[in-house]
Amino acid sequence: MAIFDTAGAVLAPPAPATDAAEEEKPALLSIEDVSITFGDFKAIKGVSTSVGENEIRFFIGPNGAGKTTMLDAICGKNKVSSGRIIYKGEYDLTRMREYKIANLGIGRKFQAPSVFNGITILENMELAAAGKHTLYSTTFKKLSKDTEDHIRYVLDFIGLDSKKFEYPTRLSHGEKQWLEIGMLLAESPDLLLLDEPVAGMSRRETEHTAELLHKVKDECSVVVVEHDMQFAKDVSDKVTVFHEGQILDEGTMDEVSKNQQVIDVYLGRGGEA
Amino acid sequence: METILMQVFNGISLSSILLLAAIGLAITFGLMGVINMAHGEFMMIGAYTAYVVQNLFKDSPAFGAYVPVAIVASFVVAAALGLVLEKLVICRLYGRTEDSLLVTWGVSLILQQAARNIFGASNVGVEVPEYMMGSLQIGGVYLPYTRIWILVIAIVSLVAVYVLMFRTRWGRNIRAVMQNRQMASSLGVNTRRVDGVTFAFGCGLAGLAGCTLTWIGLIGSGLGQNYIVNAFMTVVVGGVGSIFGSVFGAGFIGIGQSAFEFLTDASMGQVLIFVCIVILLQFKPKGLFETHNRSLED
Amino acid sequence: MTKKKSYTWVVAAVVFVVLAVLPFVLPMFRVSLIAKYMCFAIVALGLDMIWGYTGIMSLGHGVYFGLGAYVMAMYLKLEASGGGLPDFMTWSGFDSLPFWWVPFGNAGFAFAMVVVVPVLVAVVIGLLTFLNRIRGVYFTILSQALAMILSVLLIGCQQYTGGSNGLTDFDTLLGFSLDASSTKLALYYATLAVLIALFCLCTFLVGRRVGKILIAIRDSENRVRFTGYNTAFFKVFVYALSAAIAGIAGALYVSQVGIITPSDVAVSPSIEMIIWVAIGGKGTLAGPILGALLVNGVKTFASESFPDLWSYGLGLVCVLVILFLPGGLMSIKDVPARFRAWRQAKSGGAVPTPELGEEGGQA
Repeated sequence: MAIFDTAGAVLAPPAPATDAAEEEKPALLSIEDVSITFGDFKAIKGVSTSVGENEIRFFIGPNGAGKTTMLDAICGKNKVSSGRIIYKGEYDLTRMREYKIANLGIGRKFQAPSVFNGITILENMELAAAGKHTLYSTTFKKLSKDTEDHIRYVLDFIGLDSKKFEYPTRLSHGEKQWLEIGMLLAESPDLLLLDEPVAGMSRRETEHTAELLHKVKDECSVVVVEHDMQFAKDVSDKVTVFHEGQILDEGTMDEVSKNQQVIDVYLGRGGEA
Repeated sequence: METILMQVFNGISLSSILLLAAIGLAITFGLMGVINMAHGEFMMIGAYTAYVVQNLFKDSPAFGAYVPVAIVASFVVAAALGLVLEKLVICRLYGRTEDSLLVTWGVSLILQQAARNIFGASNVGVEVPEYMMGSLQIGGVYLPYTRIWILVIAIVSLVAVYVLMFRTRWGRNIRAVMQNRQMASSLGVNTRRVDGVTFAFGCGLAGLAGCTLTWIGLIGSGLGQNYIVNAFMTVVVGGVGSIFGSVFGAGFIGIGQSAFEFLTDASMGQVLIFVCIVILLQFKPKGLFETHNRSLED
Repeated sequence: MTKKKSYTWVVAAVVFVVLAVLPFVLPMFRVSLIAKYMCFAIVALGLDMIWGYTGIMSLGHGVYFGLGAYVMAMYLKLEASGGGLPDFMTWSGFDSLPFWWVPFGNAGFAFAMVVVVPVLVAVVIGLLTFLNRIRGVYFTILSQALAMILSVLLIGCQQYTGGSNGLTDFDTLLGFSLDASSTKLALYYATLAVLIALFCLCTFLVGRRVGKILIAIRDSENRVRFTGYNTAFFKVFVYALSAAIAGIAGALYVSQVGIITPSDVAVSPSIEMIIWVAIGGKGTLAGPILGALLVNGVKTFASESFPDLWSYGLGLVCVLVILFLPGGLMSIKDVPARFRAWRQAKSGGAVPTPELGEEGGQA
């Protein structure tokens, strides 16, 4: 497993695939011995892992295990006390401002749906769309034809094309979640960070989301924090189990669900509804 | 040496006045999220109440007894008017911080004009009873008794607020409502009543502050305006939501401003303390005692 | 959306046409008053950009209005003293002009400074606050203190600023007598032209993506940041823009009113500016213009007829509008619909409440 991959290893030429059972992809994101403290409280204690290209990774674990805190650290919302988070082998995310991290192609969805209620759905999408985010370009430049096509495609995909001139206040909870996911897709990200994307969704909507994740996997990597174990089983390539700020286990869903410790602290309790 | 001691006392004295003005705000603004621009006018109400009480005792042989009566009366009158204001207006404004600012500013205009119509446009003063005149002499330093009394009252109010907030069931209810209104309500707390009483309490404290101000200056309809900006700054420096942050906020501004005023002049002193506050907020954008939370928007 | 836009344009166009016609029907001293209101309307327009659209409540815009006004007043003062020492400086015992007053004798320099000084101050304050995430009520309270500080400074540095008497007694602007009707009329139309031009500029900005970003910052600033925008930069921009607008308004104000004092730029007038925006309807551009014109018009009328009642009136209007008409005057058109919804809701039917003022609505 690539738990202790370092930035150096990522930059090294790919090892000849000889006897490796599975193909080792270069890491898109490698988290190296990260600790995070809030005052006296150690929320994350020396966590290391790495996420490969086109991988769907789930962070699971009981409440308060540090999953969301870890996502916050990746996208720059939380300050890291020690350790590094290396992205694409060259950027240390712990030293960057949030908007710069976002412009590197890292999209983040928060737990509560947060879309902009004061502007129309289409404007929400346009705002999220990739491109230059400078004062000049947002004042004088139009979006490129490609971007507009992409937005139309995404709107169609999330089923909001017919409502694009309306305000998000009119959308249902599920539709807002979708709009937010749509905005992330409009960013054309390389890494998606999703915090409980299917919370509050119906089974059908959840399946729709799973289908979507399988689709976007071709173009980017995804890290998901989720309590829905069935969803994790269906979608994940690998899962990382967090417990009290540390990694308890990592591997495929099948592997970790055989780990007695994992069963004891988390799965045994039937996940957390 | 004596000058330094005098300046330290001046700083502490100014801090105690700021603290008195700010502690009510720490409750209405810090806990309830209402920016009460009429807070200064509740100080004015307290001051005029003290003035009225003093007039009632004017020819009485027990003139000295007016002080405790005025202290109680100024608190009660301001609190009562605060309750009325809460029931009429503020109750519609929870969660609308900016709107509460505008509405209470309108209220402050009305209260100031009312004061002018009732008490006249010119300033009035109260007579300090004999036992509060003069100064305590320590070495070559003279500490006016009135300022010592204000310091004592500030400390007593602080202790009272602490006991009420953290040692009584009532205080627990207040804190519960302010943290999570719906949850508190579903647990059987009468949130409407808690809101009213809390706001009235904050206004009462403003009235008390106003009462003490009558001993060191004149009373006019604009009395509160002189203190309101610094009182808000005190709460902000301390950290909105932390009542006891205000103590440090008051100390920071009071002592700092006195020191700067001594070293430069009155107007530069205010400018410099403002610069210091801006610098402080660079490192502590949410004040000295910030309250953490995990939501996206805070 | 488009309906809302055209509604704003209609209101604005009517206001502008009325303003253009008024000098033909009103006596000259009334025209000067309306010119003064227009200056306030310009400030309100800038405030709407930062408060109505971006959701940052600045209680210190009197500072930028004042800076623009004082810069202009310095120029007018020097022109009035004919290259000599301004009167108040003679009284303070100066025998030569302070070096930093000297360049303000040049009209071009002074006019440039009307914009440059407020923008510089706003950029410094903006960087110090927005870059370090000082926001919400923290910013509001700080901005209020800023207004207090400026007035304290102006009074404190009497020898340079004229103290609490302010700067007054001007004669000419670019050689034209300020008392002449023709100059007054020219300034009136110049003010109107500036108002219209700035209205167009602001309308342009809010129609572009940059305007949507400002609204998005109002709704959820962190979300905008995680979408890849440097929100601090956008906030500094809009803060500086509104400061520049306020500065221009201040310069026009002092040229026509003939006096600027510290009490014109202190805390109370700064809050009043916010009130104009709130009463007119924040987030609508036309609303704040209307609000500033009406509130000040009524103020003059009331102070002439019943001086005591004005404070009660403004206070009461302020309370009532915020409580019962949160969208301000611009949302009056929605009142019948809201009233119907309220009646229906009262009679028990669960009726979908109409969506009101999404663009302008509550932040």
